[in-house]
Amino acid sequence: MTRWMDNPVLTVEHLTMRFGGLVAVDDLSFDVGRGDITALIGPNGAGKTTVFNCVTGFYKPTEGRITVRQSSGDEYLLERMPDFEISRDARVARTFQNIRLFGGMTVLENLMVAQHNPLMSASALSLAGIFGLSRFRRAEERAVEQARYWLDKIDLIERADDPAADLPYGDQRRLEIARAMCTGPQVLCLDEPAAGLNPRESAELNALLMYIRKEHDTSVVLIEHDMSVVMEISDHVIVLDYGEKIADGTPEAVRSDPKVIAAYLGVADEEVELVEEEVGL
Amino acid sequence: MSASVTESRLKASFKDSAVAALITLALSFMLIGMRTEISIGGLIIDYRWAAVAITVVVVFAGRLLLNMYVWRPETPRTVTFRTIMLGLSILAALVIFYLLDRFLGTFTGASPARAIGNNDWLWILLIVGLAIVAAIVASALLGIAERRGKPSGPGAAATVRAGFAPFAKWMPMALGLLAVAVPFILIEWLGARGSRQYLDLAILVLTYIMLGWGLNIVVGLAGLLDLGYVAFYAVGAYSFALLSQYFGLGFWMCLPLAGLLAACWGMILGYPVLRLRGDYLAIVTLAFGEIIRVVLLNWYEFTGGPDGISGIPRPTLFGIEFERGDEGFAALFGLDYSSIHRIIFLYYVILAMALVTNFVTMRLRRLPVGRAWEALREDEIACRSLGINTTNTKLSAFATGAMFGGFAGSFFATRQGFISPESFTFIESAVILAIVVLGGLGSQIGVVIAAVVMIGGFEFFRDLQDYRMLVFGLLMVIIMVWKPRGLISTRKPTIGLKRRTGISADLVQEGQG
Repeated sequence: MTRWMDNPVLTVEHLTMRFGGLVAVDDLSFDVGRGDITALIGPNGAGKTTVFNCVTGFYKPTEGRITVRQSSGDEYLLERMPDFEISRDARVARTFQNIRLFGGMTVLENLMVAQHNPLMSASALSLAGIFGLSRFRRAEERAVEQARYWLDKIDLIERADDPAADLPYGDQRRLEIARAMCTGPQVLCLDEPAAGLNPRESAELNALLMYIRKEHDTSVVLIEHDMSVVMEISDHVIVLDYGEKIADGTPEAVRSDPKVIAAYLGVADEEVELVEEEVGL
Repeated sequence: MSASVTESRLKASFKDSAVAALITLALSFMLIGMRTEISIGGLIIDYRWAAVAITVVVVFAGRLLLNMYVWRPETPRTVTFRTIMLGLSILAALVIFYLLDRFLGTFTGASPARAIGNNDWLWILLIVGLAIVAAIVASALLGIAERRGKPSGPGAAATVRAGFAPFAKWMPMALGLLAVAVPFILIEWLGARGSRQYLDLAILVLTYIMLGWGLNIVVGLAGLLDLGYVAFYAVGAYSFALLSQYFGLGFWMCLPLAGLLAACWGMILGYPVLRLRGDYLAIVTLAFGEIIRVVLLNWYEFTGGPDGISGIPRPTLFGIEFERGDEGFAALFGLDYSSIHRIIFLYYVILAMALVTNFVTMRLRRLPVGRAWEALREDEIACRSLGINTTNTKLSAFATGAMFGGFAGSFFATRQGFISPESFTFIESAVILAIVVLGGLGSQIGVVIAAVVMIGGFEFFRDLQDYRMLVFGLLMVIIMVWKPRGLISTRKPTIGLKRRTGISADLVQEGQG
């Protein structure tokens, strides 16, 4: 019984995703502990992004069950919900492998769009908004305050009024995380947040994720190839290969797992039998 | 500049001009040089070699001058520069041609241009000149001096536009005041009888501005390409006409109902097409527009089919009608009766309706729903990942746009007093869309300029018949070459922490439906 099984925020059970004849994810089960940073790693094409798309509702899984248990005790079965409800009600937010910011809108506007649902209910079908009632104005002030808080955290407060597409790549990555955080998520899914970052930006990203874990009621799941990020900050690592889970444990345990080494580095022909014996195939 | 450079440029220019002159000769040999004339016993060919010679000389000289003095290699060849130069050279060529024609005509008696028409040349000259001047002035005044490249730093964009900020601030206010004053200026200037035609034109322009603003919500903000917008205009017009015909309701009672019905139709249309994007969405909306028109045309018992509906009531001012007699507007206010009163009233009604449209749109843009529309245009998948219900957001855009279309439609019905399906053909949708696209997607002031130029200009030069289409097409091509994202393409942010500077059009997405 490991720590993340005690009080999981996200439980994936027997998840299978088929595209025609291709089995992208095969009978995958794992738990994400509350308040943990969980890394999902594996070689290219292992099915990591497919798992993310199933969890966030962009794909409907062929089989399996995905459950979110919020800290309030509410439970949501994600495989039955449309994507926008997963973000709005179940509070699972995500970022994308290829950044999807609203490029023609300013940095601040991006963060305001993320707070659409609370603002929308405050604007009472836009009527309170059109007539400028104080109820809506207060809600908007709160939203700007929240945006300002996150802009401070990602160090972009000076560029709040610039179009998002004008930001350098690393800043765009951080802004996308801040935008997801503005929805107030219980689970934050990051798809390769460190891709294309230089070592300094990578370190800043680590600090930001550690901060989120420490200060907010948000558990982080991330897909990452950058081992410096994975090994340094994650509490729990799950390794996928060809749509199946091949390892699940602490970073130290996973690092020395021969199956993981074999999947990542490959094995010379003459060693195949030896390794297979070792991993028990 | 050294002598050899000048010499080589002279040589190159000479060669280039000679080629241009040769091409002109080949073209004008048949086009200008020969003309069939009716004479006794049949047609004869009239040879006009003098006109050919003039044309060739004008082209040669003009090209040489341009090569030597204007098209210098060191001047930057931006699209703007080239377009202005193209316009100026057309203008210059026409002026030279006209002057030469007059000059030769006085002592040879053989005017080369006479064959083309009497005053048409003057008119074409005037229109082309006006079009070019209007385009240049519009761009210069409205602060579209944005750089084509992206600004180098966060401060760059701010400094570029700082000089235009005061102008942009009072511009809408000034336009609004001008719009309020228009009827009085016209009557003062042309008298009640003479101004009627122009007031009618102003009402038409305002109707299209309102339609443009309505469509701007759907196409400009939400990025949903709607080719059937005229359907909602028709729904609004027919709602009012039928409600008044069957239930005897008046304009002010029907106005909200017409808007409501049009909004419902917007949602009915919107729902099935939500999954479609881009071209597919455009085709289906186009078909929907046609369906509405065909139904109106064929449901004879209910809508009167091609006969249309006549006798639609005129709007009243709190129950006061604009009629001759003791109960009429003129008598109650102690004025002499004049039919212009109703026209002025109609003008203010549509002005108020258009301003309300504008106010609501501007407000909606700054509300969460407006930001969601724009976010939808930028990236639909990101919207869904942020918990935005894209179905409802798209439907709200369709319904809001359709509602304003319905209001405008019911105004159209009350102004005309007669409607038939003829008024709601696809070409109307195309014109409204052209206004939005030429003005700049998402820009309120751009729609005003485009509507004034397109509808106003189009009606103003009605006497010129065929040529106006030519000039119209030329104008559209020029705008699209020179400003592919419309006259006003800068996007203004909806909220700012410290400042709100425009966002260059290159960064803003057009939306895929």
